[in-house]
Amino acid sequence: MLTPKGRGTLSETAFQAMRSSSPVWRDVLRTLPDDDDDLHITLWALHELHYRGFEDVDDALEWQPELIELRRSLEHSFEQTLRDRAPETWPDDPDFAETFFTFVADHDGPSLAGHVQRDADHEQVLELLRMRSIYHLKESDPTAWVVPRLPVRAKAALMELQFDEYGCGDPNRLHAALFARGMDECGLRPEYGAYIDDVPLEVLEENNAMSLFGLNRRLRGASLGHLAAFEVTSSIPSRRIAQGLTRLGLPAAMVEYYTEHVEADAVHEQLAVRTICGSLLDDEPQLRDDMFFGAFTCLDLEDRFARRMLEAWAA
Amino acid sequence: MSGHDDHPDVILCAGGPMLLRGDHVIEDADGTQHRTVRPISAVCRCGKSASQPWCDGTHKLIPKQRRP
Repeated sequence: MLTPKGRGTLSETAFQAMRSSSPVWRDVLRTLPDDDDDLHITLWALHELHYRGFEDVDDALEWQPELIELRRSLEHSFEQTLRDRAPETWPDDPDFAETFFTFVADHDGPSLAGHVQRDADHEQVLELLRMRSIYHLKESDPTAWVVPRLPVRAKAALMELQFDEYGCGDPNRLHAALFARGMDECGLRPEYGAYIDDVPLEVLEENNAMSLFGLNRRLRGASLGHLAAFEVTSSIPSRRIAQGLTRLGLPAAMVEYYTEHVEADAVHEQLAVRTICGSLLDDEPQLRDDMFFGAFTCLDLEDRFARRMLEAWAA
Repeated sequence: MSGHDDHPDVILCAGGPMLLRGDHVIEDADGTQHRTVRPISAVCRCGKSASQPWCDGTHKLIPKQRRP
């Protein structure tokens, strides 16, 4: 993958410096983002240096101090935005699993899955798949950062879930690879990050939130709360999307990606809430508020994305 | 065995499925056998799943007092 297109002064300055053989970091640090699009494409690219990087950027820049400084500054701003959007207090019932499932169930938002199931046309579904590809082609990777930061029980529990996400050792069953095969059969580009220049702010925010939570140890509670909310809202929507893709005659490989998530995530939601978050809270009860913050962020960012797409499609 | 086991083979989830760790073959009411395909599987307990015998999350759509 090459560096994305800049979306403003900061991203253009930063990406140029990242590609340069003699970068002037001072100019990068002096530049402020023009707007949220500019901020988030920059942050997305800085996070990507910790995943698989860019063909046109030296791998050594992953730990370039000025880029870390910039990343910290943009992450700070984004985290503040996310916390400002969140409620001030969280449910405090002692039964965490029951409280968490109820919290997610009570959150009411627009449904992209319902639109895909009943009304979406072929072009809208392909557009949605291009948007989703930014995450699904690195599915579960942001959560993998959290593994070494956990005590014994939560670590074993998270790996039990991640092992399934990563195909139980079979590359053909790895969820990101299932999605790539589906993209290919739909005539879409299956390469990692291929559609980054096409995605709106809401997709960048969703991806950047997962990386922010995963890459900062102090936010491990938010990362796992996000994971749990993601899993709890996956099974039923995945079935509806699979039905929509079947209605439109999309290739079997893409239908299978969503069908796989119906049963897999019915397991994962129980593991994420009970054995992962539940056991972590036994050991580190101070993480409870951040778990709800992570869960809220997952649900809220998906609402924002869904509203954006449904408005664009006038649905 | 006494005390609490942190890693049981079977977990009954309140209001939800039965989690099964490991490789198992389940025979449903029609006599059809289903082998588990993942390291941990969720077996439907509410009777409403469209993926019998596996859980598909449908228990969340039925009223709490009617969940298992």
